[in-house]
Amino acid sequence: MGQGRLYAAVAVSGFRRHATYRVATAAGVFTNTVFGFVLAYTYIALWDERPGLGGYDQAQALTYVWLCQGLHATVAAMGRGMEVELIGRIRTGDIAVDLYRPADLQTWWLAGDVGRAVFHLLGRGFVPMAFGALLFDLAVPSDPLTWLAFLVAVALGVVVSFAIRYLVALSAFWLMDGAGAAQMSALAGIFFSGLLLPLNVFPGALGEIARALPWSALLQMPADVFLGERTGVGLLETYAFQGAWAVALLAAGRLVQSAATRRVVVQGG
Amino acid sequence: MNDSSDVRDEEFIRLDGVEKVFDVRRRTGFLRREKHQVRAVDSISFRVARGEMVGYIGPNGAGKSTTIKMLTGILTPSGGRLRVAGIDPSRERTRLAQRIGVVFGQRTTLWWDLPLIDSYRLMHRMYRIPDARYRANLDRCIELLDMSELLEVPVRQLSLGQRMRGDIAAALLHDPDVLYLDEPTIGLDVVSKAKVREFLRELNAERGTTVLLTTHDLTDIEQLCRRVMVIDHGRLMYDGALSGLHEVGESERTLVVDLERELPPIDLGPSARVVRVEGPRQWLAFPASESAAPLVARVAADYPLVDLSVREPDIEAVIANMYASGGDLLQPQAGNS
Ligand SMILES: Nc1ncnc2c1ncn2[C@@H]1O[C@H](COP(=O)(O)OP(=O)(O)OP(=O)(O)O)[C@@H](O)[C@H]1O
Ligand SMILES: [Mg+2]
Repeated sequence: MGQGRLYAAVAVSGFRRHATYRVATAAGVFTNTVFGFVLAYTYIALWDERPGLGGYDQAQALTYVWLCQGLHATVAAMGRGMEVELIGRIRTGDIAVDLYRPADLQTWWLAGDVGRAVFHLLGRGFVPMAFGALLFDLAVPSDPLTWLAFLVAVALGVVVSFAIRYLVALSAFWLMDGAGAAQMSALAGIFFSGLLLPLNVFPGALGEIARALPWSALLQMPADVFLGERTGVGLLETYAFQGAWAVALLAAGRLVQSAATRRVVVQGG
Repeated sequence: MNDSSDVRDEEFIRLDGVEKVFDVRRRTGFLRREKHQVRAVDSISFRVARGEMVGYIGPNGAGKSTTIKMLTGILTPSGGRLRVAGIDPSRERTRLAQRIGVVFGQRTTLWWDLPLIDSYRLMHRMYRIPDARYRANLDRCIELLDMSELLEVPVRQLSLGQRMRGDIAAALLHDPDVLYLDEPTIGLDVVSKAKVREFLRELNAERGTTVLLTTHDLTDIEQLCRRVMVIDHGRLMYDGALSGLHEVGESERTLVVDLERELPPIDLGPSARVVRVEGPRQWLAFPASESAAPLVARVAADYPLVDLSVREPDIEAVIANMYASGGDLLQPQAGNS
């Protein structure tokens, strides 16, 4: 496939674009580390009170905190990724430029987002995790296979996250206020990805629903793989869950995309 | 990149009764909205032959950009038939993309955060340009558009004129048969404008690239296009030689007369009227289609004449006159040109 090289080049350029924002990266790492501390002490208080909450022991809970702090930028759990840019392009009419190119819009943006995710994994993943490991007792896996399984789950999480945000961004073709949609989706992401609290600790129906929503593929599932909670058939089920959401949401994105571009109204002169 | 089988060179671009109607919702009161329609393009027909360079002009909001968007396939016409190189743009946008280059003056195809050369590398992959051809085309653009210093500069640091040259190069790396330019000289200084025009002239002469050019700078048209189309309120008002605009545009020539001394305005009856008097100098306007000779003879016979000159109508004035009349001066062109 000749287009494979194109999308590889797009991914590389996505990586390089984010690499140019050094101050933003440093600020992000700093914020994540501070938040990691706040959450870590909150969790310690919580797990002292209720040991084994959500099926995690305290070391696992702390690992969860620092892992999420290192990972949420990669899976864009709080949004602020390509969807903001894409909404902007739709609003200003710059999308016209993307549309007359001989490339598939969705694959193009996915490739760029993968480049971004790889950069964020390298640039924002390690420092918070290392900080956490230095100051707290963490349950870091020793088996390289667990790490590998974890990376696969992260990759699937990135795709699910992209697929959600792409759909949100396309809404800007109809709603002139795409930014509002992006904010709502970011809020949903923060809550339902498990960034604040592991979804395991949510009781009853709320927990059931939260764990079935696509956002759980972003952080909760990679974290569970990392913590050794998903192995064997459980691991395959996790992948199947993530993969199914990825396929369904990407397909929905394609459908909406073709509707949008068929009756698109490109703004501006 | 084979030509589609059934395209005749003389109708490389072909529009038959093309329309674009936008639905617009307007707030008419608290929570009340009214739907109404804007006819941005209203039954336009024309042909452009392969290798032609055509100016497409009209006042703001005339429908020029809308036409160009339909020609690229990013807007679907509401009616009529449209073909570019035998391809229906909105149905086969991706196939058409290989054949066309587009420059929207107010937008950029380049990637803001990346050095210019990185954008070109992406184009290389996107259009699957053979390596040798990519290099040759890029080198040519770098040389003719004077870009060697710019390649490593991130696009956001380029000046408007530099960015525009970068965009024009980006539109041409894949050797398009057709180039659409929507205000490519907007905001450029005189030197950059001249450079861009020179480049376009060469491109058209050497490569035979078909060019459709939209602009508000009539010098662009005068220097580049033998044929011009004028559109207003979505309708084609004129299609023909630039020089022909003078005739239809009710343009006037000016006879500038220097007399020996200050005198009341010269009276030559209905054939000419004085439009300005400044001391001993007077300006007389007369229809561009009439000969100046009888007027000159009468002035020389009846007045103490020192010197005189005839000024050709200014194309700007002709067009301004035409826009202001709202097209009343002209009958919309019939289907064919
Ligand atoms: N997306 C849109 N929705 C509604 N109306 C639109 C839209 N785009 C253009 N129009 C209307 O269509 C008409 C033609 O617009 P167009 O952009 O084609 O003009 P133009 O000839 O390019 O003008 P300019 O010289 O100012 O660039 C205008 O009346 C404009 O308001
Ligand atoms: Mg325009």
